[in-house]
Amino acid sequence: MIHSLFLINSSGDIFLEKHWKSVVSRSVCDYFFEAQERATEAENVPPVIPTPHHYLLSVYRHKIFFVAVIQTEVPPLFVIEFLHRVVDTFQDYFGVCSEPVIKDNVVVVYEVLEEMLDNGFPLATESNILKELIKPPTILRTVVNTITGSTNVGDQLPTGQLSVVPWRRTGVKYTNNEAYFDVIEEIDAIIDKSGSTVTAEIQGVIDACVKLTGMPDLTLSFMNPRLLDDVSFHPCVRFKRWESERILSFIPPDGNFRLLSYHVSAQNLVAIPVYVKHNISFRDSSSLGRFEITVGPKQTMGKTIEGVMVTSQMPKGVLNMSLTPSQGTHTFDPVTKMLSWDVGKINPQKLPSLKGTMSLQAGASKPDENPTINLQFKIQQLAISGLKVNRLDMYGEKYKPFKGIKYMTKAGKFQVRT
Amino acid sequence: MTDSKYFTTTKKGEIFELKAELNSDKKEKKKEAVKKVIASMTVGKDVSALFPDVVNCMQTDNLELKKLVYLYLMNYAKSQPDMAIMAVNTFVKDCEDPNPLIRALAVRTMGCIRVDKITEYLCEPLRKCLKDEDPYVRKTAAVCVAKLHDINAQLVEDQGFLDTLKDLISDSNPMVVANAVAALSEIAESHPSSNLLDLNPQSINKLLTALNECTEWGQIFILDCLANYTPKDDREAQSICERVTPRLSHANSAVVLSAVKVLMKFMEMLSKDLDYYGTLLKKLAPPLVTLLSAEPELQYVALRNINLIVQKRPEILKHEMKVFFVKYNDPIYVKLEKLDIMIRLASQANIAQVLAELKEYATEVDVDFVRKAVRAIGRCAIKVEQSAERCVSTLLDLIQTKVNYVVQEAIVVIKDIFRKYPNKYESVIATLCENLDSLDEPEARAAMIWIVGEYAERIDNADELLEGFLEGFHDESTQVQLQLLTAIVKLFLKKPTETQELVQQVLSLATQDSDNPDLRDRGYIYWRLLSTDPVAAKEVVLAEKPLISEETDLIEPTLLDELICYIGTLASVYHKPPSAFVEGGRGVVHKSLPPRTASSESTESPETAPAGAPPGEQPDVIPAQGDLLGDLLNLDLGPPVSSPPLATTSVQMGAVDLLGGGLDSLIGGPNFVAPPAATVPASLGAPIGGGLSDLFDLTSGVGTLSGSYVAPKAVGSISMDLQLTNKALQVMTDFAIQFNRNSFGLAPAAPLQVHAPLSPNQTVEISLPLNTVGSVMKMEPLNNLQVAVKNNIDVFYFSTLYPLHILFVEDGKMDRQMFLATWKDIPNENEAQFQIRDCPLNAEAVSSKLQSSNIFTIAKRNVEGQDMLYQSLKLTNGIWVLAELRIQPGNPSFTLSLKCRAPEVSQHVYQAYETILKN
Repeated sequence: MIHSLFLINSSGDIFLEKHWKSVVSRSVCDYFFEAQERATEAENVPPVIPTPHHYLLSVYRHKIFFVAVIQTEVPPLFVIEFLHRVVDTFQDYFGVCSEPVIKDNVVVVYEVLEEMLDNGFPLATESNILKELIKPPTILRTVVNTITGSTNVGDQLPTGQLSVVPWRRTGVKYTNNEAYFDVIEEIDAIIDKSGSTVTAEIQGVIDACVKLTGMPDLTLSFMNPRLLDDVSFHPCVRFKRWESERILSFIPPDGNFRLLSYHVSAQNLVAIPVYVKHNISFRDSSSLGRFEITVGPKQTMGKTIEGVMVTSQMPKGVLNMSLTPSQGTHTFDPVTKMLSWDVGKINPQKLPSLKGTMSLQAGASKPDENPTINLQFKIQQLAISGLKVNRLDMYGEKYKPFKGIKYMTKAGKFQVRT
Repeated sequence: MTDSKYFTTTKKGEIFELKAELNSDKKEKKKEAVKKVIASMTVGKDVSALFPDVVNCMQTDNLELKKLVYLYLMNYAKSQPDMAIMAVNTFVKDCEDPNPLIRALAVRTMGCIRVDKITEYLCEPLRKCLKDEDPYVRKTAAVCVAKLHDINAQLVEDQGFLDTLKDLISDSNPMVVANAVAALSEIAESHPSSNLLDLNPQSINKLLTALNECTEWGQIFILDCLANYTPKDDREAQSICERVTPRLSHANSAVVLSAVKVLMKFMEMLSKDLDYYGTLLKKLAPPLVTLLSAEPELQYVALRNINLIVQKRPEILKHEMKVFFVKYNDPIYVKLEKLDIMIRLASQANIAQVLAELKEYATEVDVDFVRKAVRAIGRCAIKVEQSAERCVSTLLDLIQTKVNYVVQEAIVVIKDIFRKYPNKYESVIATLCENLDSLDEPEARAAMIWIVGEYAERIDNADELLEGFLEGFHDESTQVQLQLLTAIVKLFLKKPTETQELVQQVLSLATQDSDNPDLRDRGYIYWRLLSTDPVAAKEVVLAEKPLISEETDLIEPTLLDELICYIGTLASVYHKPPSAFVEGGRGVVHKSLPPRTASSESTESPETAPAGAPPGEQPDVIPAQGDLLGDLLNLDLGPPVSSPPLATTSVQMGAVDLLGGGLDSLIGGPNFVAPPAATVPASLGAPIGGGLSDLFDLTSGVGTLSGSYVAPKAVGSISMDLQLTNKALQVMTDFAIQFNRNSFGLAPAAPLQVHAPLSPNQTVEISLPLNTVGSVMKMEPLNNLQVAVKNNIDVFYFSTLYPLHILFVEDGKMDRQMFLATWKDIPNENEAQFQIRDCPLNAEAVSSKLQSSNIFTIAKRNVEGQDMLYQSLKLTNGIWVLAELRIQPGNPSFTLSLKCRAPEVSQHVYQAYETILKN
């Protein structure tokens, strides 16, 4: 199982180590540093690195490498999933996950890691339960602790651990009973030169924030459940009910959790909400190129597209760009050759555009790679797949909860080739 | 107020100050001090000097303080074992605390303290905790057994913890079941032969029930365990599949992949006509696709596994091509994997799309990726015939870009296309020739030269082109030189009149001016062919070449089947069987897919199915890379009694050569004779199994030497008997021998004496005296000896395993008192126990037989009807080995306990015992 964990920052310093079995010398990370040096960018460091006696599995998040050391045959996905869980937990505990924050809370981090793994076996990874065992630091609690000498380690057995619903603690009480569900969809798409879709798929999740007293039993049904190609549930969802009736039936964990993630890939169902008109030309002879892009709405079901952001990695031969946007602000970094344009909202009457010229390296032949345009955007109150929640019911408790459902569509990896 | 304050140092000396604070009366101050200590520990500072002071803080009601002290203990107990004992009392007390959280915490922490002395005290509390009323404590205790096993395996077995752990599989709480399975799996991994997870339909049923209710991590353990089970028939397989399928909808990708493994494996047993089979196939696709939308690291592992799945069952993902399309900001390792899978899925139906994508990729920035994309276009052409023309024109477009590396890759793949579709696309040769000058990579140059040679008759200036290459002949890499040689010979055969000079030039360059034996040999062959029989030369050199197969890099089917059983593991990421990389071959059990069976028939368990391994053989004796070879030798050689699992294996040359030509020469094995104890010369009868064959890379076909070993008759000293057979066509002279450094410093005591030249097919037997004064290097396995034999033709390398008893010296008899003291003095973990089976001798006979091989009996006792022989022996390098041999009259199995300060020799001493006693 998982032997040790090293946290390494992007300049290659190990700033935290934790061993769950015998101590593994940090020199094992030298193999990792080698790989880090070879990779051009931090993202390209391979996640599995063999060394003569160990294997190093790593994830890269928040500019920190989380490197797990294993010695025997352990499913790598298991380790990688766990590492991501560690990052999520840190984020949950401290708000952000960064080197200074981890250093500031090193004792809590250490206690949390100790609770998450025992001898390399995962122990408590649900943040609800962890928080019962080790309370997250808050300014108020630190002050109170210092004055009263009390601790931030819970001294009760986490109640949920043993029941049939290990994800929920007993004796939950709220004065306002509320249940909110956010349906969030991300479109991953590749659009080719001519504007037709090469591939498009939707990754959707339903994130919930449930604050209900007692042991509520909820059911959530959809208007059009058949849309979903593949679903992954939180362990609380009763799989049988979904199989037979396409209804989500569950006793929710307390607080925030991801109820469901789903995948819609059937091509014809994926509506593409924006289009990009582009005209980028490098002329062979002169050292000037033309650049022009326009962004416009396509299938938005009448909703506004906001938070539009266009980024593009320009070829190396581009020295500088002189552009004028019709709205928003733009920057071009002549070192990284990254063009970004913060567009904002799209007004269908007056489409935003960015026009101008590029100065190219004199004498060099015209760049052979075409820049790909990366698009980010948000659409509120729309699930682009058309998924709609039908109703939410509660059983097992008598009070009447306040219910709310929100929809949102975002761009995931949305790329337009030119 | 953050923890960073714990890192601040003062000038006075941090340790000193902490010490004072730890001994403070104020609770709060103590806790702060412990926190500082922990903080220093996490960043790798050594704070072990504070051990006694920190341990003093352990007796507290404050749970946080207790936990912090525990954290400290786990880290430093190993370096301060004596001090750690001080903590034991508190642990034992905590194990009886009314609060289950504290009980669990205590048992958990105790297991993490890797100090032998503590483990003894751990047993009783652990036994109680394993039967605790609270499942939280039970589940923690289950893991603790695995920890303890890691520290002291023998203790765990003796205390019966393994059985208790097995009972926990039937526990009422699913988490306990999951942890018990996890612990057992981990223990089983270090004991591949043990039958710890003995699965039967009842236990499977319990696991499946627990599967639905336990945590995600528990589900992974249980699924991985299920995958090792072989259902008795297709109905059972189907019912397990039905209960595992819901796991495909889990949010944790590791659960999904483990479930996929179980399904892929058990599907093998289902009949393809079954409706359920089709349903299952359909259910597998969506979760695999979803894995690709996870974080890039997860994607990478998923893609490596999908690569296997696609090869085994292409039908699952055949409609999902698009999800493998590359996004430009994917990490490079994801891009390359996606590309690989795209080619595997390419078919007539989707080839247009794939090609459009590949062309897009070929203009990206990353060089590695672009190269692979270009290569992929070529592979598509070869795989989908209808698309070949489109592929070729795409490649030509790419060549027009004049981007250097793109052109080179394109030429390499076009060569393959020519081979697959001869006489179809030769019209493009002209375009290729235009780019001749820009080629600077050996592979591309070689490919271009091949094309020119192959189509010499259509290229008007072929001779000029090749002559151009010939100018810098000596600076070219071997690959290019060989191609150039062949190409010019082809040219000569096609246009003999104009190119005579050229061919002579290349032949003389290759044969006279080159140091490379491959090149020289090939040069000579062509030369002789051309000079003796040009017609035959034409037939040979211009023979019709076999078509190349459609897919060049498919994984070999048996390996693929094995890898399918390892979906989700490191093996699947590396596409190598675990035996190829798991450290020391430890824990390697070959797995194979279950055979398809009808309802009534029963099948062998997969563990007994590995190909060719003779039953009863201990797989770990043969070094991993020699598995196949060892088996072959054993099958091929002499009487079964004479083949204890000792085998020679070739280290560098691998098994291919042996299979190719060497089997007939495997007459005997290398044989070593122990220096006999008294004046009676001991002959070890039949040769010890194993053998050596010609370890000679026969690319040129010039000659081969074969050596083998026969039973020797040397007396008094160590010697090695070699039998050298010349299988070459040439006389061999100037023999010399050299040993690589080895574990016991074995080295030839005299030069290798081969008096007369060895003519073809002649055999000579030599006895080479050895001494043990050579330089020492620890080998793996310990008794491995790497030898080089040189003669006028070449150097031949082989390696052999020698029996250890040749190294037992005559003064190996220990004094009785000394024996007792030494036995006690050697720590228990150095003791190894073995069974010697089927040895019908009585104690006296055993004793005298062993004595003749310098194993001395010091004392004999009779305990409860069993004869106990206490024996000692000494190795040439002064290592003493103490042995206790338990013989039960009438029972042919003996128990041998060995104690030695260097425990790694035990295994080999045991083999020596076996060999001596059975001869």
